[in-house]
Amino acid sequence: MAQTTAEKIFAAHLRDEPFPGTKVLDLDRVLCHEITTPVAIADLEWRGKDRVYDNTKIKAVIDHVTPSKDSKTALQAKILRDWARRHDIKDFFDVGRNGVCHALFPEKGYVRPGFTVIMGDSHTCTHGAFGAFAAGVGTTDLEVGILKGVCAFREPKTIRINLTGSLQAGVYAKDVILFVIGQLGVNGATDRVLEFHGPVVEAMSMDARMTLCNMAIEAGGTCGICQPDMVTVDYLWPFIEDEFDSKQAALKEYRQWCADAEANYDNVLDFDVTELEPHVTYGYKPDCVKPVGEMAGTRIDQVYIGTCTNGRIEDLRQAAEILKGRKIADSLRGIVSPATPKIFQEALAEGLIQIFMEAGFCVTNPTCGACLGMSNGVLAEGEACASTSNRNFNGRMGKGGMVHLMSPATAAATAITGCITDARELK
Amino acid sequence: MKKIFGGPAIVLDRSDINTDEIIPAKYLTEVTKEALKPYCLEDLKLEGFDAKGEKLKKARVIITRENFGCGSSREHAPWVFEVNDIHTVIAESYARIFRQNMFNCGMLAIELPKADIDALIAFEKEAKSDMDLQVKLQEQQLIARSNGREESFNFDISLFDKALVEAGGWVEYADARY
Repeated sequence: MAQTTAEKIFAAHLRDEPFPGTKVLDLDRVLCHEITTPVAIADLEWRGKDRVYDNTKIKAVIDHVTPSKDSKTALQAKILRDWARRHDIKDFFDVGRNGVCHALFPEKGYVRPGFTVIMGDSHTCTHGAFGAFAAGVGTTDLEVGILKGVCAFREPKTIRINLTGSLQAGVYAKDVILFVIGQLGVNGATDRVLEFHGPVVEAMSMDARMTLCNMAIEAGGTCGICQPDMVTVDYLWPFIEDEFDSKQAALKEYRQWCADAEANYDNVLDFDVTELEPHVTYGYKPDCVKPVGEMAGTRIDQVYIGTCTNGRIEDLRQAAEILKGRKIADSLRGIVSPATPKIFQEALAEGLIQIFMEAGFCVTNPTCGACLGMSNGVLAEGEACASTSNRNFNGRMGKGGMVHLMSPATAAATAITGCITDARELK
Repeated sequence: MKKIFGGPAIVLDRSDINTDEIIPAKYLTEVTKEALKPYCLEDLKLEGFDAKGEKLKKARVIITRENFGCGSSREHAPWVFEVNDIHTVIAESYARIFRQNMFNCGMLAIELPKADIDALIAFEKEAKSDMDLQVKLQEQQLIARSNGREESFNFDISLFDKALVEAGGWVEYADARY
């Protein structure tokens, strides 16, 4: 029977079906960070079951608040650190080697086509960019994942999204996904996988595909999935070259996870993005989106470039291209957080950090920090932030603050003028 | 451990109430569930709702609209309900992760059609004293009571969700089985 990508992955990982429609899957990766894992660790200790199912499949990072800002966050970091050491989890990333989980783990080559991945973080859907089934879960699911290597899901339904045409210069994956969320609504994909197809996705880099998949959850989606192709193989090649004789061989292997042409979808949506404008959010839900022109002139107090959505090297390049030779407005402050140490070093080598600093940006270490108002970059009451992150809930970046989501290019242009600006008009 | 369901109900008459409203991220630095107790629904802005009020303090059941618990995967959202003895949420629909987290903790996230939620909310508004909601899990029935008035509603629950509630949560269930 013809299958979607998620259906193929489910069939290949099915451990148990205790009741019709409930699928218990074997997990290839259980990813951990210091906010949602410590309670799972404490509970396992309390139950006398402080074990891990496979310490090579578990990866851990301190990323939300790092370096620790106070005693409480220091304790969270310590619980994760001690646990990783106790169980000899080699892929544990502490201060200095740590970065935003959904940028760091892909960069290390941990996620492959056909994998099942869970993490106690809603933006785990990012990893579907590799043709994997990757889902955000709560601490209890994470705890069982750590202990048993399994997780239960409902039978997946898939919405196929065909992106046709081609993006105009200055329009990016972020604009596409904001537009798609606007079309679907914040619960338009609940209990659904979003499977992205079409020439627009095929032309995207892995960085751009991760941006696309990262925000599937903002429409309620379990996972965003792209079809593995040569772009995927090229990205993963340094990690898989010992496994395959050639890139072609790897591609052949990975293509088995591509959806069948006759697969059944819950819904199929076609979007020709040729005329798509850069998009920006208003209000407190990620489906409140408008073309940037309609938001132009909105006063902004802080610009934040980074996060698991848009803190990768391409994102920094796009922002730096706008900022080069310019200064940010006196009326606002700019913060840029390269998402991983590798990205930070690349940005240094390419002169991007110099451009950000000369423009007047504060460059922080890799961390989730400001995105969820947990550390460096919290808004004051009544302030507005132009952010490349993924969530604009009321109070998200600080009580009483407003967040406008946008691409790195739009954020950079906004930094220069002090109000929301279409980057294409600056060139 | 098996939970107790039902009791006085509070209505949160809005869709898309997210996990940041249920428990703001700044409290995610706590490493025990109990520490979350004072912060339940702290950032929820809703006419007539007071996060520090008696109504929430007494509540054992939340009745709400669509897509409840959207946003973050933080299980701190169900936990803040758990430590405030709210073990039952009744909504038109849920975000997937929140819903799963509730059942994983052995708690109930019951889905009712819009017409039933409308009726429950109308019942609560007309009630002269607090509405009390009885949950009969085996019969899959809810009974709303106030001042001698009574109205009942049937609900569906999947076999897996029921098994999680009866086991006391996913850790207990999975540990016995895998």
